[in-house]
Amino acid sequence: MLNSILEGVIAFMLIAGGAFAFIGSLGLTHLKDFYMRLHGPSKTTTLGVGCTLVGSSLYFSLNDGPIVQELLITIFVFITAPVSAHMLAKSALHHKLKPDPRTRGNPVELESEKPKHSVEEAPQGKSPLP
Amino acid sequence: MIPPTRGLPMPVLSLLLLVVWLLLQHSLALGQWLLGGVLAIAIPLVCQPFWERQQRARRPFKLLRYVLRVLVDIVVANLEVSKLILDPRGKLRPALVEYPLTLKQNFPITILASTITLTPGTVSAHLRLDGRTLLIHALDVADIDALIDEIHQRYERPLMEIFEP
Repeated sequence: MLNSILEGVIAFMLIAGGAFAFIGSLGLTHLKDFYMRLHGPSKTTTLGVGCTLVGSSLYFSLNDGPIVQELLITIFVFITAPVSAHMLAKSALHHKLKPDPRTRGNPVELESEKPKHSVEEAPQGKSPLP
Repeated sequence: MIPPTRGLPMPVLSLLLLVVWLLLQHSLALGQWLLGGVLAIAIPLVCQPFWERQQRARRPFKLLRYVLRVLVDIVVANLEVSKLILDPRGKLRPALVEYPLTLKQNFPITILASTITLTPGTVSAHLRLDGRTLLIHALDVADIDALIDEIHQRYERPLMEIFEP
């Protein structure tokens, strides 16, 4: 009896994890610009991975005692996902990728500026390289 | 929290390393305790020069409450973003928001930026070092000022209470 309830919970977790991961990927293809597309992988996949790992942890605990290593993966994902999303957004800003026209707010980082020096009149200095 | 000493410059990191080691080995044998203990003492000593001075959480219980709140918010965030993605198009109101930081130290700011990325509809995009502002991209926001206020009340204020005197 208890086992079948637990198996139900495991199945639910796996399906929920799969669904979240799928929705995240859907967002990756459907949203309009780079910045919006970042939202999918940085959030939904986190929960997708989380649900799947809870399911896996429960499943293996049923057979051979409590298992908690899966928690480690969850923690690592929680630490790394925001950092990678931040770095991606930062590099997009650096390349001055245009956001969707409906986006409000116009930060300095995205204003197009003329390059201060053209290649010919670039400041000449002693290069350490040969 | 545990005060740092000469042999243990970063006690929390050492503890974390030991726990992670035992979890990865999936055994509580004496040998694993010893090996993990040696690593937990040696690694912080070796890489100590690369680290900034470790922040002390002044109120560990508030930190715990903060972590629980963020975990709940992550689930809510996922449901919201899923709804936004599945919704028919044309309804999203994206915005780039400049968020004025009141936090001063690097470590709490890092936590705040990560929290913002993990929670409802916002990704922290850029930290301006001079202006002390955080650039946030929001997926769907009706009122920018309300968003700034919510982040301040919900996340930044607890972090200030935890880490800054």
